[in-house]
Amino acid sequence: MKGNIEMSEKKPANKRQKRPLTPKRKQQSRREFLRATALTAGVVGVSLLGFVPVMRGNTLRLRPPGALKTPEDEQQFFASCIKCGQCVQVCPVEAIELADLPDGFGIGLPYIDAREQACDFSCDGLQCVLACPTGALTHDLDYPADTRMGFARLARPKACLAMQGKGFKGQARGADYKGLLRYEEIDRWTPIPVSEHPYDLEICDLCVRQCPIEIRITQCEAAASEKQQQVARVAQQVGNECPPKHAITLEPEDLGDGIARMKPIVQEGCVGCGVCEMICPVESAAIVVDLDENADTVKGA
Amino acid sequence: MRYIRDSLAQVFGYKTPRPGKDQQSAEVRAIYEGKKGKLSKADVEAVRREHKGTFLNKWQKRRWATLILVNLLFVISFYFDVQLVEGSLTGARVIGFHFADLNSALQIALAYKHIVLNLVIGMVTVFVMWLLLGGRTFCSWVCPYHLLSEWAEYLHLWLVKKKLIKNHTFSRKVRTVLYVIFALLALLTGYTVFETISPTGILSRALIYGPGIALVWVGLLLLFEIFYSRRAWCRYVCPIGVTYGMVGVLSPVRVKYNAEACHHEGDCRKACLVPHVLDLTIRGGAVDVNQDVAADCTRCGMCVDVCPTDSLTYEVKGLSKMLK
Repeated sequence: MKGNIEMSEKKPANKRQKRPLTPKRKQQSRREFLRATALTAGVVGVSLLGFVPVMRGNTLRLRPPGALKTPEDEQQFFASCIKCGQCVQVCPVEAIELADLPDGFGIGLPYIDAREQACDFSCDGLQCVLACPTGALTHDLDYPADTRMGFARLARPKACLAMQGKGFKGQARGADYKGLLRYEEIDRWTPIPVSEHPYDLEICDLCVRQCPIEIRITQCEAAASEKQQQVARVAQQVGNECPPKHAITLEPEDLGDGIARMKPIVQEGCVGCGVCEMICPVESAAIVVDLDENADTVKGA
Repeated sequence: MRYIRDSLAQVFGYKTPRPGKDQQSAEVRAIYEGKKGKLSKADVEAVRREHKGTFLNKWQKRRWATLILVNLLFVISFYFDVQLVEGSLTGARVIGFHFADLNSALQIALAYKHIVLNLVIGMVTVFVMWLLLGGRTFCSWVCPYHLLSEWAEYLHLWLVKKKLIKNHTFSRKVRTVLYVIFALLALLTGYTVFETISPTGILSRALIYGPGIALVWVGLLLLFEIFYSRRAWCRYVCPIGVTYGMVGVLSPVRVKYNAEACHHEGDCRKACLVPHVLDLTIRGGAVDVNQDVAADCTRCGMCVDVCPTDSLTYEVKGLSKMLK
């Protein structure tokens, strides 16, 4: 009885299964088969449209720490993410968002819009990685310095305030900016809006000053020199809680015009978290995070 | 054994053959014989009318309340950051315990070809939960698309009644074909292709993390169901239903049919999302006086509500006797 009729609204009339189908039923059966074929083609076709944005590279985004990906290839990350958003929920600065339908297969995948809200590692323990139930954010990394999200680049050196020898005074991103950062000297546990933390700098060094890796290095150095905080020193010996390499430094730049310029230099320890891009007071940001590179690929080059 | 065989056949889109007289118990044959010539149309209509007067939609109300509550728990938990039910319907942590939607986890296992322990724990937890609660119970008691689809169905039925549109049915085997195709696509492409268009995931995320463009797709599905084919997504497409249908085969929570008082007027089949599971309510369709409705049933209770003769009831195998 292939392609049997299943009209819920009509009572099946045949008492015996062996009775041959009436022409009308045969026609109905044929129609159901044809519709089913069209439905299959339609549903599969629509779902495969999701491959288009992936193929065109439109879905490459800054992913949360530990995302299973190489700079060019996010397939493993796509394959393993269950799209539950638990990483979104644990992030203390709410840096993570979930992609929408235009991302095709990437729908529901977590990403970070660094300019809006970067990952500043203020959870310390990589909460998103710990929350991930599928290993799409791999548990292979333990500390912020282990992450490889991207790599920062001074994209518009001429726009950079430090490169112009300028300072910065006021709210880094204006009064209406909603982004959060943790300022440890204010509150170790709760990030606050950047707009509530105005700066007054003789020479703008925001990208270096706010870099989570640099902040951590400074703390480690202070702890080591004071030789008091043994916990920090033990951690330093056991793992690399203290970042082994600098991420960004500010170095004097001489263009021979007598202006005291400083240039942000991205170093090997950059993890691509995007805080520099977020905090850069120039519109649009002079420093950005590139997705096609990370500390490992840069080192290899 | 017959229950398992019939259940799997129906989940995969096959029609279970009507039992021959030799397959039926003497008791049920006697009941069918006894009804011959006894059920006058007027009597049946009278009972139906009386039932309609006391019709409370008891199970539907409970089900809607449960469905809304479960989904609200996710929303509230995130909104007020109480960490009670974290995540969404595809993957969650309930008071810290991993829960993973079986179909989503299966897609990932096929696409990623590797499975971490946390996901295994989540899958086992959810498998055991739905094994105890009925399998496709997920569809009607939890899935947010089911609720929207139910409302769309009322609109569809009203339009059909007004003769403005006609319902178009499909061969039910298409759901099995799509299930296999989506499994193969995950395996071969390495992408969880079905998740891209799953209205369950889209709606759950939209509720918790805010609406997006993806809701347009859900809207199109609903329009298709309203104007072209009744409950098309759940009936003919959704692989989640197939996955949980298979889980439900071994579940003790079922709807039980008793042939004794049944008038065979078919009100249950008209209300049902998966009416093929109720073929046993057609006169001569049951093998015994008491028979369980097979596992493709979503345990929604619409038939229990609508049955004028109380011939369909919920039962928990093994527990019913204790509860009495």
